[in-house]
Amino acid sequence: MWPVASLSFLQTPWLALPELVRYLLVLVGQILALTIVVVLCVAFLTYLERKVIGYMQNRIGPNRVGPRGWFQPFADVIKLLVKEVVIPSSANRFLFVIAPLLSIVPALATWAVIPLFPGFAIADIDAGLLYVLALTSLGVYGVILAGWASNSKYALLGAMRSAAQIVAYEIAMGFALVGVLMAGGSLNLGKLVEAQSGGLFSWFWLPLFPLFIVYFVSGVAETNRAPFDVAEGESEIVAGFHVEYSGVAFAIFFLAEYANMILIAALTAVMFWGGWDSPFAGPLLGFLDGTILEVLRLPGIHWLALKIAIFLFCFLWFRATFPRYRYDQIMRLGWKVFIPVTIVWIVIEGAMAALRVGPWNT
Amino acid sequence: MASALSTDLLTAWPEIILAVGLCLVLVVDIFLKDSYRDVTYLLSIFLLAGIAWSLLGAGAGGETTLAFGGSYISDPLSRVLKLFAVAAVATVFLYSRPYLRARGLHLGEFYVLGLFALLGILVLASSYSLLVSYLGLELLSLSLYAMVAFNRDSPLAAEAAMKYFVLGAIASGTLLYGMSLVYGVTGSLNIGDLQATIGTAQASSLSLWVGLAFLVAGIAFKFGAVPFHMWAPDVYQGAPTAVTLFVGTAPKLGALALAIRILVEGLPALGDLWQVMLAALAVLSLVLGNVAAIAQANLKRMLAYSTIAHVGFILLGFVAGTPEGIQAALFYTLVYVIMASGSFGFLVLLSSRGEEVETLEDIKGLWQRSPWFALMMVLLMISMIGVPPLAGFYAKWWILSALLETNHVGLAVAALVASVIGAYYYLRVIKMMLFDDGGQAHAGGVPLDVRVVLSVNVLLLLLIGLLPDRLLELCARAAALI
Amino acid sequence: MFTTFLFYALSTVLLAAAIGVITARNPVYAALFLILAFVASAVLWLLLEAEFLAIVLVLVYVGAVMVLFLFVVMMLDINVTTMREGFLRYAPVGAIVAGIIVLELAYVIWFRSDGLPVGAQLVPRDGAYSSTEELGKVLYTQYLYPFELAGMLLLLAIVAAILLTMRHRPGLKVQDVAEQVKVQRGDRVRMVQMKSESE
Repeated sequence: MWPVASLSFLQTPWLALPELVRYLLVLVGQILALTIVVVLCVAFLTYLERKVIGYMQNRIGPNRVGPRGWFQPFADVIKLLVKEVVIPSSANRFLFVIAPLLSIVPALATWAVIPLFPGFAIADIDAGLLYVLALTSLGVYGVILAGWASNSKYALLGAMRSAAQIVAYEIAMGFALVGVLMAGGSLNLGKLVEAQSGGLFSWFWLPLFPLFIVYFVSGVAETNRAPFDVAEGESEIVAGFHVEYSGVAFAIFFLAEYANMILIAALTAVMFWGGWDSPFAGPLLGFLDGTILEVLRLPGIHWLALKIAIFLFCFLWFRATFPRYRYDQIMRLGWKVFIPVTIVWIVIEGAMAALRVGPWNT
Repeated sequence: MASALSTDLLTAWPEIILAVGLCLVLVVDIFLKDSYRDVTYLLSIFLLAGIAWSLLGAGAGGETTLAFGGSYISDPLSRVLKLFAVAAVATVFLYSRPYLRARGLHLGEFYVLGLFALLGILVLASSYSLLVSYLGLELLSLSLYAMVAFNRDSPLAAEAAMKYFVLGAIASGTLLYGMSLVYGVTGSLNIGDLQATIGTAQASSLSLWVGLAFLVAGIAFKFGAVPFHMWAPDVYQGAPTAVTLFVGTAPKLGALALAIRILVEGLPALGDLWQVMLAALAVLSLVLGNVAAIAQANLKRMLAYSTIAHVGFILLGFVAGTPEGIQAALFYTLVYVIMASGSFGFLVLLSSRGEEVETLEDIKGLWQRSPWFALMMVLLMISMIGVPPLAGFYAKWWILSALLETNHVGLAVAALVASVIGAYYYLRVIKMMLFDDGGQAHAGGVPLDVRVVLSVNVLLLLLIGLLPDRLLELCARAAALI
Repeated sequence: MFTTFLFYALSTVLLAAAIGVITARNPVYAALFLILAFVASAVLWLLLEAEFLAIVLVLVYVGAVMVLFLFVVMMLDINVTTMREGFLRYAPVGAIVAGIIVLELAYVIWFRSDGLPVGAQLVPRDGAYSSTEELGKVLYTQYLYPFELAGMLLLLAIVAAILLTMRHRPGLKVQDVAEQVKVQRGDRVRMVQMKSESE
C-alpha cells in the first residue's frame, strides 16, 4: 500500500473538501478510469482482431508499427484524427454530427452498472438489468440517424437493415434476460453474480444454456458483427450506414462498435458465466484451501477480464469462420427461432423453479 | 392470499375458459390446411358451448360476487348478458360459415377475432372498474375493426374499416379522457367506490360534469347513437355481411353493459345530468334513424339506420332511470339482438351461395321463390315495427310504460311518432317480398343447419312475444340488484 | 435545492421538447423531439425515486416504439406543407379544445388539492425500498385482472395486424430454408470420371 501512504500529505486538504464535492470527484475519477480502460481495450481489440484473423487465414497480420505491430492501433488513431471530416453537402449537418455521439454514449454508459469485482459497480442500482436493456436499445438511434442524415441511399438502406435487425434481436435478448432474472431473483447485476457464486457448475450457463446461446448470438447480431453484418455489407451496400463518414466521425462509430462488443462480452460473462466469480470456487476443489493454489479460488476482476477476453475471441472467431447471413435469414433466425426458443425455455424455467430443480433447489 | 386468488379465478371462470380456449383455437388453426378449416369452426362452437355451460353452472341464483380487488363482478346482470352474448356469437358463427366459404374468406381468424370480441363483451359485462371497462371495450373494438377489414380485396370494406377505426379511436380517447377526469375528482377507478364517494358536494363539480359528458359521448359512439352514428351505415354496408351480422348483434350487449356499469352503477349521483344528455341523444337517434332509413335502397344500410333508431329506444330506458326503465332497456337490447341476428342472418343466408344480396331490388318477389324465409323476414319486420304478438312489441311497450311512469310524456309521444314513421320502411320490405316481382334472391342450396337455426331464431321472437314473462323476469332480477 | 433546480431544468426541457414536437417542420425532428420529451420525463420520474417506471419508459418508448416510429417517418415521404394547409382554419377550434382541457386539468388538480395538500404524502423511502418489487406485487395481485387483459389486448393486436398484412398469394416464390439446409453435395454436383482429351 505504499502509493497510498506516500500520498498521505494530500489527506488533510482532501478531507477539507465538502462531502458532495468529494463524492463527485471520486465518481468522476471512477468514470474516467473505466472509460479510458475501455477505450484502450478497444484499441488493442482492433489489433487483436487483425492478428487473430490473420493467423486463422494463414497470414501474419499487422507487424510494422512497433514491436510485432503493437503500436498499430495508435497509428490508426492518429491517421483518423488528422483526416478531414467530410460532411456531404446535402446532409443534415446537426444530425450528421450528433449521430456518432449517440452511438458511443450508450455503449460506454452501460458500463456504469457492470459489477467489476465483489461489491463494486460504479452505480450499484437496483434496476441494473433494466438499465442495461434500456441503454443498449438506445444505440440504434446513432445508426438510424447516421443513415438518414447522410442523405445517401446506401446509408439509408444500411440504417434500415441495421435498425430492423437490432429491434428483432433485442426482443430475444430481453427474453433471455428475463430467464436470468428468474434464476437470479434480482434485477441488480451484482446480486445476480452473487446468486451464481460457487464455481463453474453453479453459474447460470448450465441451467439456462439455450438462453445463453440465444443471448450471445443475439449479442453478435445486435452489434452488427459478422456473420450478421448485412448493415455494413461491403459487397452490397458499400459500408452501410457510415458510408459517408470519415475521419474522427468514422472513428467514433468504429469505437462504438468495438465498445459494444466488449460490453456484450462483459454482460454475457456477468449474466451467464459468474462475472468476477472464480471457476474453481466450488466445493469440489475445497482441498486447495490453505495451499498456495487457494488464490485460484478467490473472486476478482481478473476472472471477469478473462471471461470477457474469451468471448471477444469468439467474436473474432465467428468473423473468420462464417459467411454472411442473407438478410431474410437473419430475420427468420431472430423472429422464428430465437424468440420461440427463449419463450419455451422461460416456461421450462418456471417449471424448474416450481419443482425446485437446478439453482432453485434451496 | 392464495385461497383468495383461487376463488377469484373460479369466479372469473368463463373469461378464463374463453381466453385459454381462444389461444388454443388460434394455435390449432395455424396448423390446419385450408380444407380442414371446419375444425376451427367446430372447436369455436365447442368452446362457446363450454362457456355457456360454465355460465349456467355458475349459479342461476341471485348472488353477487366481487373478485380481483373489486374490479370484477359476477351478478345476475352479468350472467344474463354473457349468456346472450355467447349465444349470439355462436349463432353468428353458424350463419357465417357458408357465406364466408363461398367468397374464399373462410379463414380461422374470423373465429379467433370473433372470440376475442366475445371476450371483450364478457369483460365489459362483469367489469366493476373503469380500467377494466376500458380494456374490455378495446378488446371488443379492435377485433371489430379487424373483422370489418376482413375482406382485403374490397375497397368498400377497407374504407369502412378505416372510418370505423379512426372514429372509434377518437371515441376511445374521449371515453378515456372522461374516465381520467372522473378519476381525478374522486381518486378511484372502482365503480363501487365511485358510487359511494360521489356525494352531493362533488356532484356539483364542474370537472365531473365535463368528465360525464365525455363518458356519455364515448358510450354513445359505441352504441351508434346520433350524433355519434356516422360510422354505422358505412360499416354495416362496407363490411362483409357476415361481419355486419356480428357487428350488429353481440357488441350491443357490450355497449349496454358499459352504459349500465358506468352510468347507472357508477354515477347515480349524476343521474339527472346524464338522463338529460341521453334523452337528447335518444330523440335525435329515433328521428334521424327512422327518417334516414326510409331513403335507403340498400338493405344493410337501411338496417343500420334502423339500428340507430332502436338504440334511441334503448337509451330511453336509461332516461327513465328507474329499475323498471333499466329492466326495459335490458329487455329491449336482448330482443333487439335476437331480431338483428335474424334479419342480418337472413341476408347472410340469401347471400351464402356467392352472389351478394343486399338491396331491396334483390329480394323482390321472394315469396314466390322461398316462401318460408320470406315469412320469416315478414315476422322479423313486424317485430321490428313493434306489432303484437311479437317480442318487439313488448320491448317497446315496457320502455314506453317506464317513461310514462316517470312522467316523460313528451319523450314517449316522440318515440311513438318516430316508430310510426319507421313502420313505413319495414312495411316496404314486406310489400316488396310479397307483392313485387323481379328479384333474383332465393334460399336454394343453403345448408340445413343454417335454415333450421334461422327459423328457430325467428320463431323465438314469436315465443317471447307470446310468453314474455320468463325473459322479463330474468331482466327484472338482473336489474333489481343494480 | 439541487433537486428543485433539476426539476425545473428538466421540466423546461420537457416543455420545450413538447412544443418542438408540434412545431418542427421536419417530421424526423418532431419524432426526435418526442424522444427528448420521453427522456426528460423519465428523468423526472427518477427524481421521484420511481426508477422502474423511468427505465421502462426509456426502454419501451424510446428503445422500441420510437425506433419503429422513426423508421416509418423516414420511409414515408411526408409533405409537411400540404399537411399544414388547413392549419390556420382549424387553429381556433384546436386552441379552444386545448384551452378547455388545460382548464379542466388545472381544475381537477386544484379540486383534489383542496382536501389534500399537494406533496404532503411524498415521504422519501429508505434504501431497502424497491419500487420495482412493490410494483410487481401490486400488478400481480390487485391488478392481476386488468394486467392479464392488457396482455390479451396485445395478442389481439398481433393477430389483427398479421391478418391484415399477411396474404398468401398464389404463385409466390419463396425459399424453404429447411430444404436448403438439407441439400447434400450429391444433389447438386455429379463427379464425372473422364480421360483427359488434350493429347
